[in-house]
Parts: sequence; C-alpha cells; structure tokens
Amino acid sequence: MEIVKVTNLKKAYGNLQAVKGISFSIKQGEIFGLLGPNGAGKTSTINMLIGLSRPSGGNIMIDGMDAIKDIKKVQRIIGVIPDENNLYGEMSGFDNLCFCASLYGIGKKERERRAMELLKQFGLTDAAKRPFRTYSKGMKRRLTIAAGLIHDPKILFLDEPTTGIDVESTRQIRDLILSLKKQGRTILMTTHYIEEAERICDRIAFIVNGEIVKVGTVAELMESVEKEYKIKLQLGSNIKELKGVREELERNFLNCKIEVLEQNSCIIVSKGPIPLSPILQMLDSQGISVFEAKAIKPSLEDVFVRITGIDVSKLEKEKVS
Amino acid sequence: METLIAFWNILKKDIKNYYLKPPNISWGIIFPLSWTLMQLIRSPGDVGIVELLPGLMAMSILFGTTSMLAVTITFEKRSKSFDRLLLAPISISILVSAKILGAILFGIVNAFVPVIFAAFLVDLRGVSWGIALVAVVLIAITSALLGLLVAVSVREVFEAQTLSNFFRFPMLFLCGLFIPIDKLPAILKPISFCLPLTYGADMLNSAIIHSSSFNILLSFAIMLLFIIVLFYLCKRNIEKKWIL
Repeated sequence: MEIVKVTNLKKAYGNLQAVKGISFSIKQGEIFGLLGPNGAGKTSTINMLIGLSRPSGGNIMIDGMDAIKDIKKVQRIIGVIPDENNLYGEMSGFDNLCFCASLYGIGKKERERRAMELLKQFGLTDAAKRPFRTYSKGMKRRLTIAAGLIHDPKILFLDEPTTGIDVESTRQIRDLILSLKKQGRTILMTTHYIEEAERICDRIAFIVNGEIVKVGTVAELMESVEKEYKIKLQLGSNIKELKGVREELERNFLNCKIEVLEQNSCIIVSKGPIPLSPILQMLDSQGISVFEAKAIKPSLEDVFVRITGIDVSKLEKEKVS
Repeated sequence: METLIAFWNILKKDIKNYYLKPPNISWGIIFPLSWTLMQLIRSPGDVGIVELLPGLMAMSILFGTTSMLAVTITFEKRSKSFDRLLLAPISISILVSAKILGAILFGIVNAFVPVIFAAFLVDLRGVSWGIALVAVVLIAITSALLGLLVAVSVREVFEAQTLSNFFRFPMLFLCGLFIPIDKLPAILKPISFCLPLTYGADMLNSAIIHSSSFNILLSFAIMLLFIIVLFYLCKRNIEKKWIL
C-alpha cells in the first residue's frame, strides 16, 4: 500500500528550478532513500512534503490526505528529523522532548513517560537533565531523532541523518533507523552516502539536478545497468613481463578483456560468465601461477556513476565538508 | 485542548528561556529606572513624576517588547528551532499568538516598573488604573506585533536591532509624549496620526494626567484596528517568508 504519493512535484526559486516535476511513491513500512549530491533537490523535496515549503506545482498525498491543502492534518502523523540539530541549547534533553511532545497536544504525564522511554531507548538517560548544548554531536543527533519520534508518527522524514557525526554514532543511528522500520514506520531519508543508502534503504531514488533519474531496489538498480562480470586474479608472476599472455588470453576467450592492475594482479572483464577453469589452465601452461581468484560484484556506487554520470569523488568531498 | 497545550507550552518555554533570564530582568528594571532619573535630573523643577509616567511607561513597553520579540525570534529562526514550531500541527495564528503573548506580558511588567518607583514618591490615587491598564495592554500588543514584523523581515539578530531602532525612535518622538502633537511641524503631523503609539500614549495621558488629544473610545478603536492589521500582516509575512 502506498502511503506517500508524489506526482509531478515542482519547486522554483525565482528562475532556478530546484525540483523539476518529480514523481515517486513510498510503500507503507519501507525505507525510501533520496540519493544525490548537494544541490540535487533532496532537501527542497522533503521541505515540500513536510510543509516547510510550498510546491510550485504537482501533488503530494500522504496517508490519503492532500499534503498541500491539509498540511496541518498531515503534520500530526509525520515526524521530521532535520539535517541540523535544531533543539533548544539551554533546555535539558528531557525538557526538549517534553516540549516537542507538547506541540502535538500530548498531556504532561504522557509526554514525560514518552520522553523517559525515548531517552532510555536512545541511550541518553544519564544525560537527560543536562542542557542540550553540552551534548556531543552524536548525542545531539540521537536526541534530535528522538524528538522526531516523540508523538509516535507513522511516517518519518530524515534529512541527512548521519552527516557530520563520528563512525560509532553513525553505526548506532543506522541501526536505530532499521529498528524504526521493524516497528512498522515508513521512512523517507535523504543522503549522499551511497553505502548508507545501499545498506539501509529498501528502495532508492537517484536525484540529480532536481530530477529523479532512477528509482528501484538495490537489486533492480544493479540490474538496470549493463551487466559485467569481473574476476580479479592475484598472480605469481608479473603479467607485464610475459609478452603475449594477455593477447593469447583475449584471443582464446573472445568475450574477455584483461585489465592489468599492478605488477601481479589483473582483472578479467566479460559481458557473460567467465570460464575460470580454462583460463587458469592456460595461465598455468604459460608458467603463471594464480594464488587467488576473486569475483568482483558491481557496487551501487558503480551503478550511481553510470546512471547519473556524477563523479563519486564529488560526493566524497561533500561528506567531508 | 491539544491546541491549548501547545499554546501554553510555547508561552511557558519562551518565558523560561528568554524573559526570565537575569539580563532581561535587570533590563526590565534598569531601563525604566534610568529613564526616570534622566528626566528628573534634566529638569528637576519643571517636570513632576506623574507627568513623566505616561512617557516612561510607553517607552518601557516599546523598547522591552520590540527588542525581545525581534531578537528571540530571529535567534530561533537562525538556529532553525523555529522550524519545529512551524512543523507542529497548530495554525500560524495560534503560533503567532503564543509567541507574542510572552513579549506582551514582558512589556506589561516593564510598564509597571516606573509606576512602582513612582508610588514611593508621589500620590497616584488620581490615576484611572482601568484605562491605564487597557492602554498598557494595547501598546504592548502593538509593540509585540511590530517586533514580530521586524523579525520576519530580517535574518540576523543585529539586523533586528537596527531595524527596530529605525522605527522606535521616530515613533517615540512623534507620538505626542514629549512634543505635543499640535506643536509638531505640519509635515510631521500626518505621520504622527499613523503611529499606534500616538493613540496608546494618549490613552495613558488621559488615565494618568487627565489630558488627551483624542476621544478615549476613538483611541481604543484605532488601537484595535492597528492590532488586527498588524496581526494579519505578521501572519501573512510568516506564511510568505518562512514557508517558502
């Protein structure tokens, strides 16, 4: 069942078309990822879905409600975790959660119970009474996520949930997102971490320059590009020194191409399955021993690069910045 | 009931986080006190404390309320914590009302600081407290709404302060508190009639020194009109500028 349905959604800031008529839907209980570089339109899209920005065109339906006309009704059932930790620095973790609960009309006893429960769930009980500004980055992130859950929303919107935090906190937050899915929540998250999208998301949309260029599960996205089989061989000799070996390999195994990596290793690339045994026999007959043969599977990163044409190192730089 | 919980907690949070902070409490006391002393030192023989009260009360409200609201909202907007309020399932009108109520209460308390000092020095039994309270509340509401208008128009805290002064000082000198409106140059009089503080100050004058330029009911009606227009403008500007 589709719980979020976005049709031909557009957003323009003056002459700049930030979102150019995107369409996608999210099924109940799935984690849907918007993956793209900075400025791709991820945050603009989320902001339109949660009511912080008005679309220039298109439709948004969330849980059967028109999210453009009835945004206040929609806001009751959604939780938002922004890319910045925007809680109140002077207030304690506990008070922040209670305040966020009160915005949804939750009574005092109930909001205190929920706040304590979430602080426990997120490993922040010991810091409950400390001002938010004294928290570490990872703790701040966790409390910001807890604040988005305080009213028990059906759908969660996470904007760059792990940007700018340490490895351990990133791991905790990723586990936490997966546990939220297990609780039956629907999650839309934006990220520019390819491995995060691959690990967490059920389906991913590649968004570039305000357009969704591809949507699918990781498996579907992998299949969508031309399939290549790759086997990396670790050799006992320097293949560059053995003249004619490479040519003979390519002559005998017509579909295969040999890419020499270093002195003692090469990659065999083919459009079809690679006949490993005859290749090994041929190399053996040439006096080249093979110590290791390893299949190399294409990564989501390869798929992303092929579909979007974006240099992944650009995304890597964004992670650092 | 749910809306009331949200409303009350936004108000409570603002009072606790901003208005009850020691610097603001001291501002609320020191500012009106220093104005009082300044006026007395400047003209000890000519001006009585009672005559000074309407001006001091109006100034205390105007400066306290506009500063606090413009600064706190700009600060919340910069830190993006204001987005939390915009994402809450409450209407913009409720949100605006909750945000300005803290500033209004702060303004009202500020207004009565000079009154408390004056009560020790002069007889205030002749003051019409009912009218004075209504005037104080109306000035506080219009000032808070002006502060909110400023907050919506700027991005940085220092810009909020600069823009606030841009209208606060002219308003103070043109509202008839220090220079009677009939003594203002002809070119400035129309401006004076367009300022909410002119009518609020006139109500205060009427309540405290029993002298006024306008009918008190007319001033009351005009102040209400200002409140409605300013509230509408604030709501419209928030929707337009903050929900992009």
